[in-house]
Amino acid sequence: MYVYDAFDRRLLAERVVEFRDQVSRRLSGELTEEEFKPLRLMNGVYLQLHAYMLRIAIPYGTLSTLQLRKLAEIARKYDRGYGHFTTRQNIQFHWIKLAELPDAMAELAKVGMHGMQTSGNNVRNITTDQWAGAAPDEIEDPRIWAELIRQHVTLHPEFSFMPRKFKIAVGASDRDRAALRIHDMALRLHRNAAGETGFEVMVGGGLGRTPYLAQTIKAFLPKRDVLSYVEAVLRTYNQFGRRDNIWKARIKILVHDLGAEAFAKEVDAEWQSIKDGALALEPDMVADIAGRFRYPDYEKLDDSPRELVTARRSVRGFDVWLSNCVTSHKVPGYAIVTLSLKPEGGTPGDCTAAQMNKLADLADRYSFGEVRVGHEQNLTLPHVAQRDLPALWRELGANGLAQTNVNLISDIISCPGLDYCSLANARSIPIAQEISRRFHDLDRQRNLGRLHINISGCINACGHHHVGHIGILGVEKNGEEFYQITLGGKADENATLGTLIGPAVPYAQVADVVEDIAAAYLDLRDRPEELFIDTVKRLGIAPFRERVYAAR
Amino acid sequence: MPLVENGQIVQDRYHYLSDEEPIPERVRVIVPAQRFLANADELIRRDGSLGVLWPNDRRIAELAPWLGHLALVALQFPKFRDGRAYSQARLLRETYGFRGTLRATGDVLRDQFHFLIRAGFDSFEVKKPADAHAFVEAANRYSVVYQPSADGRTPALRRRVQDRTELDGQNN
Repeated sequence: MYVYDAFDRRLLAERVVEFRDQVSRRLSGELTEEEFKPLRLMNGVYLQLHAYMLRIAIPYGTLSTLQLRKLAEIARKYDRGYGHFTTRQNIQFHWIKLAELPDAMAELAKVGMHGMQTSGNNVRNITTDQWAGAAPDEIEDPRIWAELIRQHVTLHPEFSFMPRKFKIAVGASDRDRAALRIHDMALRLHRNAAGETGFEVMVGGGLGRTPYLAQTIKAFLPKRDVLSYVEAVLRTYNQFGRRDNIWKARIKILVHDLGAEAFAKEVDAEWQSIKDGALALEPDMVADIAGRFRYPDYEKLDDSPRELVTARRSVRGFDVWLSNCVTSHKVPGYAIVTLSLKPEGGTPGDCTAAQMNKLADLADRYSFGEVRVGHEQNLTLPHVAQRDLPALWRELGANGLAQTNVNLISDIISCPGLDYCSLANARSIPIAQEISRRFHDLDRQRNLGRLHINISGCINACGHHHVGHIGILGVEKNGEEFYQITLGGKADENATLGTLIGPAVPYAQVADVVEDIAAAYLDLRDRPEELFIDTVKRLGIAPFRERVYAAR
Repeated sequence: MPLVENGQIVQDRYHYLSDEEPIPERVRVIVPAQRFLANADELIRRDGSLGVLWPNDRRIAELAPWLGHLALVALQFPKFRDGRAYSQARLLRETYGFRGTLRATGDVLRDQFHFLIRAGFDSFEVKKPADAHAFVEAANRYSVVYQPSADGRTPALRRRVQDRTELDGQNN
């Protein structure tokens, strides 16, 4: 956990005062909606189809139980008893009243939370691996760097009115669990040949109407230079990014139009003039931030304790849950537990106030008071002693939180779609719900193996459909909802954009098409261990297209 | 459109020169960029303070050779949401060391004051009179800043290392 100090707390309190003033000027009519819009957006407040929506940042996906309980309280007091976790380590409340927003924000500020820069044309919430600090394969904790960048870009005087939003992700292992290449800018900690750690810098990724994967513009950036380099990239983008057309305003277009090399040159020229100035990080500054991350006081334990071995042998459901939802921890005797927020027929990413409170209790008892949020819209208990896993599993089950579908076909990433969003062309949630019902049988899902479905209700691609193994994109044709299907996308260290398999299909046929694709995969895979994504890679989309359109 | 300098509404001592008007002597003028660049040699020899109105889509590097002769640079915010001039302002102050008056013109509203001041502006043509009156309050809204900028304020990252003990003592 990062612990806020007096500086952080004071800034948040001052922000709430400012927002209260802005809301009162809006309510009195002193501000027009047009003038109010960029101000509310800078605080995470959107106007949706039915109401205002508040998006709250969960920086680098880390939540304390104090914060989680506060979110439950906000859900109960100001919303309809639930919240929605997004693909960018945020939580959204969809039914909040404008007049009550300042009070909700003041409540959040008490636990160091806010909606600052969760929307608007500024640097958004800095995201990272939800297993940060716990994953065995990371070089070091990426959250320290995410926090340094978070502070640097918060209320940044130069970059609060950029051409468009700007999303930064930080990773620190060879396995990419933060979808780095689909970000406007990504920083990956790695070791160079000399054994020093520094960042690979990637820019220009993004989905939406024109999807691009980020390109590497610097192979190795020393850690001391990370803030100055971020500054140089943002300054280049702020000045030269397009502002004449909202669809061409993201940095990916600038990088693509200039070419990554020319863009890198422009950045480098700017960077050379500032790198040895006030932004050069001194070791004591980094140490100060690192020192305010609190780590669990782990016990000295061994892997595979007796309690675990016994439970694996005696309870079948437990063993399946263990293999699908639990992964190894960097500290012996501990494990990382993923909690699926994708129940059969449910809304991906939704969590009720009661579940939040229960989870907070369980995290206090079993995970050193810490919960994580991942871009897959699931939650994680990052530090569970292996001997406690059977007891935790039973309690999760009793509260509807022991879904075993993590990484399986019903573990669907979905945007809110036309049920909530004013930008959407089509519904997303009911599609996810129908697919999860069709594939409710766990043995069938396990036979299909790892398979990611991503659904977006419009071309803005909040459900990241381009990087789903199966991507589903809602479009509107003559007033009706149709869906384009792509195959072969992925957002990991070998990120790839999916390929469209053919004409869009109507709403009522989407789940059938997914069943056809799943059936085709079972016929086509060369052995049960070949994952869906690998079969698509080996054979291309042609055999799947044939199967899907033969009967249509 | 009220002009705010040093926290107060003041009379504008400058005259915005159009492209055609003859250039007066001993009057403070702000000249459009194009006209300035075409007549720079002549303009800088003239008697009277000289300012330039610089568009936000032109590189500041082009203006750099003349900065020593300029008393004022006016940067433009054609729309509230168009933030290019923030970068230009910081470049002027921090990279090129411009010490003259830096004026914000255009769609300048209360909620930008904090950012504008931090980016190095010290003269503000404010769109709404009510916003001009709220200048001081809005300008002093934040006692903590997270990043170094043209205003020279010490960011939290450095203050923490400098006076953490003292600050924690006050707040516990």
